[in-house]
Amino acid sequence: MSSGNNNAGTGSFLSGILRNQIFIPIAALLILAVFNFIVDPSFFKITLGHNSNGDPVLSGQLISIIDYGSELAILAIGMTLVTAASRGQDISVGAVIAISGSVVLRVLCGTNSRPDELQAPIIVAFLISCLVAMAFGAFNGALVSIFKIQPMVATLILFTAGRSIAAWINNNELPVVNDETFTYFGSYIPGIPIPTPFFIAIACFIITWLALKFTNLGLYVQSVGINEKTSRLNGLNPALIKFVTYIILGLCVAVAGFIKVSRLSTINYSVVAKDIEMDAILAVALGGNSLSGGKFNISASILGAYVIQFLTTTLYKFQVQSDALPAYKAVVVIALVILSAPVVREKITAAFRKLRSSANAESQS
Amino acid sequence: MPQKLTTAGSSRRSLLGGISDTNLLMSITMIVFVLMYGFAVFGLGEGFLKAQTFFNMLNANAALIILACGMTLVMITGGIDISLGGMAALISMSSAVYLDMHSGSVVGAIMISLGIGLAFGLIQGFLVAYLDIQPFIVTLAGMFFARGMTTIVNTDPFNVQNEAFVKLKETRIIIPGLGSVNRRGQYIDAYIEIGVVIALVIVAALFIFLKWTKTGRSFYAVGGNKQSALMLGINVKRTTFLAYLMCGILGGIGGFVYFMHVGSGSASHASGAEMNAIASSIIGGTMLTGGVGNIIGTLFGVLSLALIQNIVSSVGLDQAWWTGITNASMLCIFLVVQSIIIARRKKANLSAAKPADAKGVKT
Repeated sequence: MSSGNNNAGTGSFLSGILRNQIFIPIAALLILAVFNFIVDPSFFKITLGHNSNGDPVLSGQLISIIDYGSELAILAIGMTLVTAASRGQDISVGAVIAISGSVVLRVLCGTNSRPDELQAPIIVAFLISCLVAMAFGAFNGALVSIFKIQPMVATLILFTAGRSIAAWINNNELPVVNDETFTYFGSYIPGIPIPTPFFIAIACFIITWLALKFTNLGLYVQSVGINEKTSRLNGLNPALIKFVTYIILGLCVAVAGFIKVSRLSTINYSVVAKDIEMDAILAVALGGNSLSGGKFNISASILGAYVIQFLTTTLYKFQVQSDALPAYKAVVVIALVILSAPVVREKITAAFRKLRSSANAESQS
Repeated sequence: MPQKLTTAGSSRRSLLGGISDTNLLMSITMIVFVLMYGFAVFGLGEGFLKAQTFFNMLNANAALIILACGMTLVMITGGIDISLGGMAALISMSSAVYLDMHSGSVVGAIMISLGIGLAFGLIQGFLVAYLDIQPFIVTLAGMFFARGMTTIVNTDPFNVQNEAFVKLKETRIIIPGLGSVNRRGQYIDAYIEIGVVIALVIVAALFIFLKWTKTGRSFYAVGGNKQSALMLGINVKRTTFLAYLMCGILGGIGGFVYFMHVGSGSASHASGAEMNAIASSIIGGTMLTGGVGNIIGTLFGVLSLALIQNIVSSVGLDQAWWTGITNASMLCIFLVVQSIIIARRKKANLSAAKPADAKGVKT
């Protein structure tokens, strides 16, 4: 999928853009934006108001998209790496968010479910939840890389058991944290009118970008995803690289879970991050990454994640119930995978070639 | 890996002499099942000795047996279908709405169930077989679609009041001679529900289909190695499509049997059923890699899961989360066992092959 084009024709610039991976999410974003603009231009209105504490906050649909899309964007980073290396997706992310969120609350609350003050510093709770989520990532990674089980079946185990484990961690209670600093991570820091999750997502993106730029991680991940055998012959350790991508995803999950818990200061383990695995996979697919591994583009996935949130917000605006959302998204996923299926692509290119050759024949005659 | 074409191929020499992989896994499951039942009878009291305890396990899991049969079919061809649980929920809700809010007939509800199953089978089969899309992505989308549609059909859970349906739901088939005497000294007949009969008939039919028909054998061939199946003259795409189609129809039947057992519509019905179906198939000796599998094993897989849940709740761990955790750990253990068996078989093949053609043995 190179963005360059050898054909020196009039359409080479246009087809160059069309071939670029990031074109897909941008096109989807434009379609959604135009659609919303026609239906209701007030969708794009952003107002500066004050929240209950008197701090300035921006509000509007666009702000809520960059706010609530941030967890998804963070997940999309890890999911892209896992997809690229192991040629499959992790469907346990929602369940592990429930686990890591429960761990945060458990550490903050101690034995009491509604303490008046925190039992541990927030950073400690966050670090412990990171460790736990990375351990679960390692569990998935071990099943995939060492025991060579298909990623989606391996992660199906935690997909079903995860929320049960989360319930067990908090003894089936719903602890509530009563601390103002804790809410900053999921809402606004006083004095800054842009939601904090957006900054966290940007920070995660910059860290990943630096890691991919200054280490060989990206190259290794792609090489393992494209051909495991050849990578091994070239001296890489495919099992280790797959394992590492699952641990990175675990870390992303912990960050996303921390934001989720911070938003409400509590957790409902059976509802939190429900169906988010579908959104994360959709973000990767919408970013133009092949779901069967190989080359990847993190920025396209992140943009894809915000496009998904744009879609969700649009659907909400049309009074679609939150439980019914997956049905619409499933249709989008199927449409995307059909369009990107090699069989369909071949047919489309063949049809284009036919058109072009017949046009050429006409112009010659 | 042509040795996977037959369930008992060249892999015979690699493991325990004369037992093929699927029979080995199935025997392990059967032995574990019998041992667990023995443990339950001696450790947890007389309750497990009653025939009705066993029949109740069948009654509660008839739908799961049918769904797991469908899952086994697609897994033998090397695919997977995780939309089955969502399909059962959608069928329950649609049938319930049709029966109660549109005062429909039971026959109509059966038609709706089969129609939904057929539609899922046709579309998913087409996408997987002819467009070559990963089965997991297709059926994951199918699962979310079914779950979302269930809420669109109706949001609130409710019990069906339709007379004809309630009568059908309460129909019990009495098994003579196996009843028990309760504390008051009354004799209570042992019974099974209609769903159990349907499930057992399907198990028998599929056993014959997979063992002795040409199409059934070609399922194994396709799952074992698509390339060699193609060279044998099997229409690989049509066979794969057929597997998903059959799985969809079995999902339709299983969904209706599920509905007949619970008698209500709810968006949260059959949650985790796809996991249980996959777990049952794997426990029963079906390989995730395709080409190896057995319907009788699947039946025992379902019964083992049911027995474990019974034991867990009789031991006193009756909080809801224990079911999820025990099921998942069962699946995990059997997956790991499978992967070890596959690894050992590869090693055996490598050492058996001559150094000259060692290059050809890679997978």
